[in-house]
Amino acid sequence: MAAVAAPSVFAGAANVISVGVLLAEFGMFRQALLRDQVRLYAAQSGLISVLAIVVAAARHLPELYVLAALSAGLKLVIVPLVLRRLLRGAGEASPGEGWSDIAGTGALSLASTVLLAIGVAAFGFFSIGALGIRSPVLPLTALAISVSVALVAFVLMIMRRDVASQAIGFLSLENGISLTALVVAAGLPLILEVAFLFDLLVVVVVFGLLIRVHHGRAESLSTADLTSLRG
Amino acid sequence: MLAIIVILLGAPVAAALVSLRAPLAVAQAVTAATGALCFALVLALVPAASHHDLGYLSYLRIDAVSVVFLLATSFLYAAVAVYSVGYLPRDSRSPGFTRYYRRFYAGLNLFAWSMLAAPMMSSLALLWIAIEVTTVISALLVAIADTDGAAEAAWKYVLIASAGLGLALLATIFAYYAGAQVLGEHYNLAFGPLLHAGARLPHAPVRLAFGLAVLGFGTKMGLFPVHTWLPDAHSEAPTPVSALLSGSLLAVSFYAILRYYQVAVAALGPRFPRDVLLVFGVASLLLAALYLLDQRDYKRLLAYSSVEHMGILAIGVSFGAPIALAGVLLHVLAHAAAKGNAFMGAGVLVRKFGSKRISAVRGGLDLLPWSGPLFLLAVFALSAMPPFGIFRSEFEIVQGGFAASSDAGAAVLIVLVTLAFLGLSAAANRMLFMPADADAAARYSRGEPSAWMVVPVAAGIVVLLVLGVHPPAELTGLLTRAAALLGRVA
Repeated sequence: MAAVAAPSVFAGAANVISVGVLLAEFGMFRQALLRDQVRLYAAQSGLISVLAIVVAAARHLPELYVLAALSAGLKLVIVPLVLRRLLRGAGEASPGEGWSDIAGTGALSLASTVLLAIGVAAFGFFSIGALGIRSPVLPLTALAISVSVALVAFVLMIMRRDVASQAIGFLSLENGISLTALVVAAGLPLILEVAFLFDLLVVVVVFGLLIRVHHGRAESLSTADLTSLRG
Repeated sequence: MLAIIVILLGAPVAAALVSLRAPLAVAQAVTAATGALCFALVLALVPAASHHDLGYLSYLRIDAVSVVFLLATSFLYAAVAVYSVGYLPRDSRSPGFTRYYRRFYAGLNLFAWSMLAAPMMSSLALLWIAIEVTTVISALLVAIADTDGAAEAAWKYVLIASAGLGLALLATIFAYYAGAQVLGEHYNLAFGPLLHAGARLPHAPVRLAFGLAVLGFGTKMGLFPVHTWLPDAHSEAPTPVSALLSGSLLAVSFYAILRYYQVAVAALGPRFPRDVLLVFGVASLLLAALYLLDQRDYKRLLAYSSVEHMGILAIGVSFGAPIALAGVLLHVLAHAAAKGNAFMGAGVLVRKFGSKRISAVRGGLDLLPWSGPLFLLAVFALSAMPPFGIFRSEFEIVQGGFAASSDAGAAVLIVLVTLAFLGLSAAANRMLFMPADADAAARYSRGEPSAWMVVPVAAGIVVLLVLGVHPPAELTGLLTRAAALLGRVA
């Protein structure tokens, strides 16, 4: 029987952090408060920045330190601030709402949604192995997990029927893509990474503005009323 | 040439900034002048791009394919800028109108700017960013009417298109991975070197990148099954924005798919990318043809017609023959003019009859002495009737299908296009030829809402006639070179 070598400390750390990112994605299914949803997104983004720092140190890629710092500044500080600022206005229009009315907006029960997400995540995890992609900087488990994160983010966007969770679903999809980029495109020029981050900021502002418009008209974050355009 | 490109990238931004502060008449004049200037500048690029590729400052790259898409966007930009003079009532006293028109004109100019920038980008990363910018600006423009329908359409659009562009970003990253295997870790996603690397690129990541790009950018192009945002956004946006969305934005997303197509053909050979496009194209065309048969809202009717034409483009590329590729590029131009015209005509109908329902519009030909016949001609043009440009382009595409021995594909194309023609012409017949009842005839007086809403539509018909009857030699040279670039096989 062939002996299986234990993973190195670096590979172990990278895999643990990647799994943390996926668990945070699953955690988003059960959040009942928008504030907690945003915090969980920030935590997930923080894990990806930590992974970028680990890769930068282990693989001697100093540019990744800058990327980790910029990414953390944007996703841990600016995005939550922008969302809070734009949505607090929405909350004031109907006190108590805005921060608390996204519980139970799932199209399926929580258990069914999580089961579906597990199936989708498993598909993503195992299908990536067939592609024969090799990464010079991270173990392939991280790539498989990043694809799972992206697919589970789609489940979140499809299954939650409130605009805030759908927006967070999109942002966490972007986190999954960031994780993919870290595995297969760690050498991508910093200027392009910065452009992507700036673009994310613009998208967050537009999402926030449109959530505000929606909340202003429907007096709720639910998408239950968005059914007039058909055919 | 660099000066032309700098002005093309700078003038719309300057016009947007002026529009944010200026009185309405100034904003209208500046926007119309900028639109006309951009169209003239793109025309000046045609001779050079017909002979060689242009590259500047390492971020800008313009070849014949780019210029075809720049022509479509800049023509529509100029047309809707003139049309908007009549579209926005100058004498409006409604509260908030000043804020509305400032946002409208700033958004319109920025939207045109982002669509002009996308085909000029030298790298797949910058192309993705430019297309993402088109999404966020146009989503805000869709929401600008501040109605329930507009808010719903804008939310669906921004969410679905952003998710699609998420997939397109994954495609970009896998394209980087493929490029870095051959060109080294410091590869910057520039398109030229990637195409040059061609057959040396690893197959699996290129295949994955192409599939994701078709699905991701296809979301914005309106390909089935990721087209669902399109009818909502096109029907709820202000008419000038609908014209730009349909005639230009969808084409810009198609441009991105074409770039990935070139890379995929160079790396994998033609079979896989053509099969993928054929499946998406036929499915989109079938869905649109069926939806066109049973529409109650004429702006949604035109939106589904866009899905139909995007399907035709995808099928045309899948044929791969040079004549089909030249037809596809001509189709991009003719569709921009025809669909812009149809939406601008629809905007006149909305203004006249106060409704987007087909059943609410009767006697259009009698009540609108100019816009009625022009709308009819636009519908004929969209239905590929001779002598308009779409007849020529679809003829070339079908000819290319037979030349490439894709007889079944060409036959399916002809059948589904005929089905779509039935839907479009039946609706146009009801709106234009069925006489208004006595009540309606008494309510609406005969006449045009504004001459500004007629002039650009008439110009569009002239363009469609020129494209159909006798395209200028310079344009034919451009299309031939662009088709040759797209047809290069490893």
